[in-house]
Amino acid sequence: MNEIVLTGGLVVTPGGVVQADVRVVGETIVGIGRKIAAGTADVLDCSGCWIGPGLVDPHVHLREPGQEWKEDIASGSMAAAAGGFTAVVAMPNTEPAIDSGHIARFVADRGRAVGLVDVFPAGCVTAGRAGERLAHLDELWAAGVRVFSDDGPAVFDGGVLRRAMEYLGDLGGVVAQHAEDLGLSAGGHLHEGEVSSALGLQGIPAAAEEVIVARDLAIVELTGAAYHVQHVSTEGTVELVRQAKADGLPVTAEVTPHHLSFDHRAVLGTDSAFKMYPPLRSPEDVQALRRALADGIIDCVGTDHAPHAAHEKDVPFEEAPKGVIGLETAVGAVLGAVGLGPEQLFDRMSVAPARIARLEDHGGLLEEGASASVTVIDPGAEYVAEDFLSRSANSPFRGRSLTGAARHVLLRGRITLRDGKVEA
Amino acid sequence: MRHFIDIADLERHDLESLLDEADGFVEILERPIPKVPALRGKTVTTAFFEPSTRTRLSFERAAKALSADTMSFAPGTSSLSKGESLKDTVQTLEAMGSNLLVVRHRAVGAARRVADWTSIPVVNGGDGAHQHPTQALLDALTIRRHFGKVEGLHVAIVGDIRHSRVARSNILAFSALGARVTLVAPRTLLPVVTDGWPVAVSPSLDEVLGEVDVVYLLRVQMERGGATVFPSLPEYVGRFGMTRRRFALLKPEAIVMHPGPMNRGVEIADEVADDPRTLVLEQVAMGVAVRMAVLFRLLGGELDE
Repeated sequence: MNEIVLTGGLVVTPGGVVQADVRVVGETIVGIGRKIAAGTADVLDCSGCWIGPGLVDPHVHLREPGQEWKEDIASGSMAAAAGGFTAVVAMPNTEPAIDSGHIARFVADRGRAVGLVDVFPAGCVTAGRAGERLAHLDELWAAGVRVFSDDGPAVFDGGVLRRAMEYLGDLGGVVAQHAEDLGLSAGGHLHEGEVSSALGLQGIPAAAEEVIVARDLAIVELTGAAYHVQHVSTEGTVELVRQAKADGLPVTAEVTPHHLSFDHRAVLGTDSAFKMYPPLRSPEDVQALRRALADGIIDCVGTDHAPHAAHEKDVPFEEAPKGVIGLETAVGAVLGAVGLGPEQLFDRMSVAPARIARLEDHGGLLEEGASASVTVIDPGAEYVAEDFLSRSANSPFRGRSLTGAARHVLLRGRITLRDGKVEA
Repeated sequence: MRHFIDIADLERHDLESLLDEADGFVEILERPIPKVPALRGKTVTTAFFEPSTRTRLSFERAAKALSADTMSFAPGTSSLSKGESLKDTVQTLEAMGSNLLVVRHRAVGAARRVADWTSIPVVNGGDGAHQHPTQALLDALTIRRHFGKVEGLHVAIVGDIRHSRVARSNILAFSALGARVTLVAPRTLLPVVTDGWPVAVSPSLDEVLGEVDVVYLLRVQMERGGATVFPSLPEYVGRFGMTRRRFALLKPEAIVMHPGPMNRGVEIADEVADDPRTLVLEQVAMGVAVRMAVLFRLLGGELDE
């Protein structure tokens, strides 16, 4: 049986952060303590690093099936492992969409065959993400799906959302909403404000997100079912989530690394690497998002990793598809934007997203007997973001310096990243 | 100056020196043989990815008056309909021997992207609702030649400012040259945020009529479906149209301008359009001169006379 010792790091345990070594045998953590004898074990140097549960990304687009020229489950898994992740939730806007059991099983099976990261498919709320009829929710549930989203469009019809939430509330799933009022966002390419006005581009007001979240929160109150706000981008949404939590509603929220890092002034040069939905917002919104992640009003980070091929992005801003990649730069971007310590970082990027996505085998703090899915983060690692393992390179961080990266990753005792190199 | 893409890239003295250059070309255009050999052997290509007649013709006229050769690209008859990308198209035009590209495209920032993709000078002939910098130059030249200055004049820009590249360019150029600019439009036709812009804003044309030296009317973009941004055309004319009544309330020396094409009876009354204080045709004539100045400057031509 393989044996690994992680030496010299700060370990995030249920009892707090301790300077310790971690011994892994097979798929399990068998010891956490001072100066564990390595013997014949594979020793991974973790000096200066934080050791915690494997990172979980609740929001990625792996593009398979249907758009493999942008990404596939193999390349996306490589990118995820390089970024420090052991689990990702793959959004269902594939072709065909993940709206029935056999497509969900295909995605999960492909993830297992690649073996670098657990791929949990999210399922559609509505058939074909058309917003009308319910998707095959029972089939999806039986295939292991716990997160339901039409991500791309919002579930726009309040009546449809209510029925979906009632149905999923019985099962125990969570609806993850891409909050966008299609009337308010129509024709928009970036945040509505001084940049859109100067460029003469149609903007997307903050209200396009907030009116949907406000409405949905009323539906949460009506149904009592769990609701997750994807990629929160505005201060107004933060305040809605804060109030909903104070009211005791079963509401969670995520924020992307790029919304924590850039504001809409980045779009002044009309570089399509800064085009995504929701758009980069005002500097005040960015500050509010950073505070909300630090104080836990926003529960977790989701990258919204959205690969697009170079030829698709190398066009005028208005004609470019929306979305940016994020898996490989997530840790550096988050640490650069928000001064999180090891406990907070592993909470926001592992414990909380695993809990929200109902991933039982992920997101547990490190202790004896726990599953050995472990990420070692070097918070001082400096690098320039380039040469991505993702099939696409549409990163707003491309060419920028970041500090903080995954050094080693174990997925159930198997080394998937060693010294920053993916072990396929 | 390597490209001519955005008025914001230029300082006041750059603008003034281009206007001075254009003054010289006005004089050349008034000669019996209105042509100089300055750009002989150069090829100017107009690549217009959205329909335009007057701007394209004006650039071609300007290029020919400088003895440049011209090529013209029109999307209707091109490989664009076969799905060729903008990048491939403009690189193809460069490879054919173009020495300068004039680009018009409906997407904001398109001319800037084209400049990234090619190694020759690029002139922005209009990018979405963002910039139309040669229009701003020709309007500034028209005003400067009429009044002898731009500094200190009060210009009202009236109408669909939100969707207007002409407005965005002219605001920058007029204010850089020392004019005072007031935007007159309903909220639905103003940019959402004008804080920080060098302008005043008024919802009423009648309020500013007696104060302004120039009324710059923008075209009502009928194709945008007026009903979503103002209630009806008669109501638009009622508040923002340059009617005979309003024209009579202007200062006697004030002028009316319009980038064309005009909607007679909508933003401008028929009689006002034909009044000698409406300088629309003068603007068109100045367009050739300023485009000559821009081409000449970018292609490093020499005037040996």
